[in-house]
Amino acid sequence: MRNGRIGLGLAALATAGALVLTGCTAGGGEQGSSGGSGVITANGSEPQNPLIPTNTNEVGGGKILDAIFAGLVYYEADGSPVNDMAESIETEDNQTFTITIAEGHEFTNGEPVDADSFINAWQYGALLSNGQLNSYFFEDIQGFSYETDSPLTGLAKVDDYTFTVTLNAPRSDFPLRLGYSAFYPLPDVAFEDMTAFGENPIGNGPYMLSGEGAWQHDVKIDLATNPDYTGGREPQNDGLSIVFYATQDAAYADLLAGNLDVLDAIPDANFGTFESDLGDRAVNQPAAVFQSFTIPSVAEGWADPSAFEHFLGEEGKLRRQALSMAIDREQITDVIFEGTRTPASDFTSPTIDGWTDSLEGAEVLQFDADEAKRLWAEADAISPWSGTFQITYNADGGHQAWVDAVANSIKNTLGIDASGNPLPTFAESRSAIVDKTLTTAGFRTGWQADYPGLFNFLGPLYATNASSNDGGYSNPEFDALINEGAVTTDADAANELYQQAQEILLEDLPAIPLWYANVTGGYGEGVDNVEFDWHSVPLYYEITKS
Amino acid sequence: MLYYLVRRILQAIPVLIGTTFLIYFMVFAMPGNPILGLFGDRAPNPALLERLEEQYQFNQPFIVQYLNYLGNVLQGNFGLSFSGQSVNEILARTFPVTLQLAAIAIVIEIVVALALGLISGLRPGGIVDYFSLGFSLLLISMPIFVLCFIAQFFFAVQLGWFSPTVGANTSIGNMLLPGIVLALFVIATPIRLARTSVMETSRSDFVRTAYSKGLSRRRVVPVHILRNSLIPVTTQFGSDFGLLIVGATVTEGIFNVPGVGNTLYQAIIRGERPTVVSFVTVMVLIYLIVNIVIDLLYAALDPRIRYAK
Repeated sequence: MRNGRIGLGLAALATAGALVLTGCTAGGGEQGSSGGSGVITANGSEPQNPLIPTNTNEVGGGKILDAIFAGLVYYEADGSPVNDMAESIETEDNQTFTITIAEGHEFTNGEPVDADSFINAWQYGALLSNGQLNSYFFEDIQGFSYETDSPLTGLAKVDDYTFTVTLNAPRSDFPLRLGYSAFYPLPDVAFEDMTAFGENPIGNGPYMLSGEGAWQHDVKIDLATNPDYTGGREPQNDGLSIVFYATQDAAYADLLAGNLDVLDAIPDANFGTFESDLGDRAVNQPAAVFQSFTIPSVAEGWADPSAFEHFLGEEGKLRRQALSMAIDREQITDVIFEGTRTPASDFTSPTIDGWTDSLEGAEVLQFDADEAKRLWAEADAISPWSGTFQITYNADGGHQAWVDAVANSIKNTLGIDASGNPLPTFAESRSAIVDKTLTTAGFRTGWQADYPGLFNFLGPLYATNASSNDGGYSNPEFDALINEGAVTTDADAANELYQQAQEILLEDLPAIPLWYANVTGGYGEGVDNVEFDWHSVPLYYEITKS
Repeated sequence: MLYYLVRRILQAIPVLIGTTFLIYFMVFAMPGNPILGLFGDRAPNPALLERLEEQYQFNQPFIVQYLNYLGNVLQGNFGLSFSGQSVNEILARTFPVTLQLAAIAIVIEIVVALALGLISGLRPGGIVDYFSLGFSLLLISMPIFVLCFIAQFFFAVQLGWFSPTVGANTSIGNMLLPGIVLALFVIATPIRLARTSVMETSRSDFVRTAYSKGLSRRRVVPVHILRNSLIPVTTQFGSDFGLLIVGATVTEGIFNVPGVGNTLYQAIIRGERPTVVSFVTVMVLIYLIVNIVIDLLYAALDPRIRYAK
């Protein structure tokens, strides 16, 4: 569009002409929705589910829930947990946790926040027949069952403000998980009519809905500060108005025009210009989002096992390494993403405590054409390659540019045919993977952390039979290391085990790491103190507006 | 006349039912399981998946799902979205906004197209004729999103005459910019059509007669030329109205108008059957009504047209 100067002038002339001819007076543009003086306007999207903590697993609703609810702990910008409603969380064996809730906290309807608020909410969230999207968060608690309605027997009330949690196995990072929205408490009134509650949620967080009708569907939600909240996230502003945008482009235009205070996602089209548009009000830093593509390591169970015939055993290992080294990550993140992605050097994210870029074997993630060719030839010696290497992705997620670039990089380096295989929607691509009807060797994968711990990037994805182990990877050595890490209390010692586990992954490459997505955002001239946290969301309560 | 109207309305009923069937089938046949999409990159446990499929009736055969839906619609209930909202409410919330946007656009379109068409038709080869030719060529060759971005950047962000987005404030003033852009998207054809039609009418016998009777130009142009040139242009405006509702999807996204377009797009991507089918049905309904109104307008414009039995 930058070359469209003449077109722009002409169109402007034409539009102006139309204005004159129709006799419309320009300047009728009242400002959008800039609320009271100290109210921050931020971008968001219409929640895809009712606002119930255990049923919200996407960012649109999550952003609102984090503002209106307070859990046992909250996360600081770097991901370290701080007690919010909890007074203490204690354990001796990492399997039984005694949780004491600070007295005096209330929901905005006056109900106290006590042990029952948490126990009842968690029981509700875990029960199969309630069909909650986040129920898997409770899978480690004793009594949990995916198959039948079974109460969490591991939750026991000691007194009004104390309860214990017993897990099936020791998990040293359990307290770290408690800041995720699935673990928020609910007031008794919620259980009377959950649907109505999801429309007008009553929370205990730093903000609350500003009144009946605060949530204008598809338009915005107005949040006022909660005067009764006494936790650590005390709002430094007078409220929060989250405006729902259908496209990031519209939100960006509003930010430039001064109608929006904080934006947490720059539209792709402006990757190249936003830093000069916004100057020091631009934000571009790594986020807890890991992107990769996966080649299944077992052929059994797939509808078309021949798709993976060259990716099994020793031959597969060599080919994965060759493909990984054939991708010029630096160039793709620079050219396609204009520096808004950071080339990956492991399987986690730089915002997580314990991340390192110096794992043994990490050179397999560096572009090296000669070594890639050598490895590919070695694999060809086992069984000669034929056909096209394809990566399946969903076409509704803006992935085409980089998939094509990765395919080109592979094609140019290894001299084989490589291309992307788009499926129209996300639901369709997930079905191809879950129902195992995939017909290409590779498919796009990605992971956004639920809580700031290395385990969250490894356990659910690569442990044998884990819930998101789409490629069917299984390595007993890896399983042993992460299980040992999960029961190790000392965080540094645990992280060391996770790093060792990752060194195994770097050799096997069950997924081929590509890059970490950065959080790109910006803020207006009127606001200060804008800080983006470990999982890419601005800490709204800290923001001040003059 | 009344008989004609009743017949047209009765004809619309099978069209509507056929539409719901086709659209329901198409959404049903869309590959991929929408419930899996709800879980993001994490595969749900089979028991939970089954539980949710039951909740949204995804485990039933197509014809059972469709008849359930149709039965509910006949009772005035369009179903629930994944977020648990009644589709009736979503329809009632979004359609007025889009209709308002389309109405602004069509008013601008009618006024500008007729003015430019009339002047250039009366003075072919004049400056207005050349201007409107260039203007239509420019617009017809430009995709609507380009128009949207240019107008938004130039008039809203740079000059600050308008708010760049609509959002909560759906007043006419705030919707003017998207309305103008939307009008520009469809305006080229009626300008050219009006011009040709005016030129043709100007050369006809009754116009010459009118002049030779000694009628003033001031009387001939609006009463004899304009009125008789309106018939083909009116048909165009009618079909443009449908196009405007569809074209609004792009415009609504860029200007963040909380109308039909965004909601429908999201619902298609997520495979929300009740939402998609209900929206399309209402769109078809609007289209049918507009067409009936246009047909009735012919009679008003041209006394020779009569809707007898």
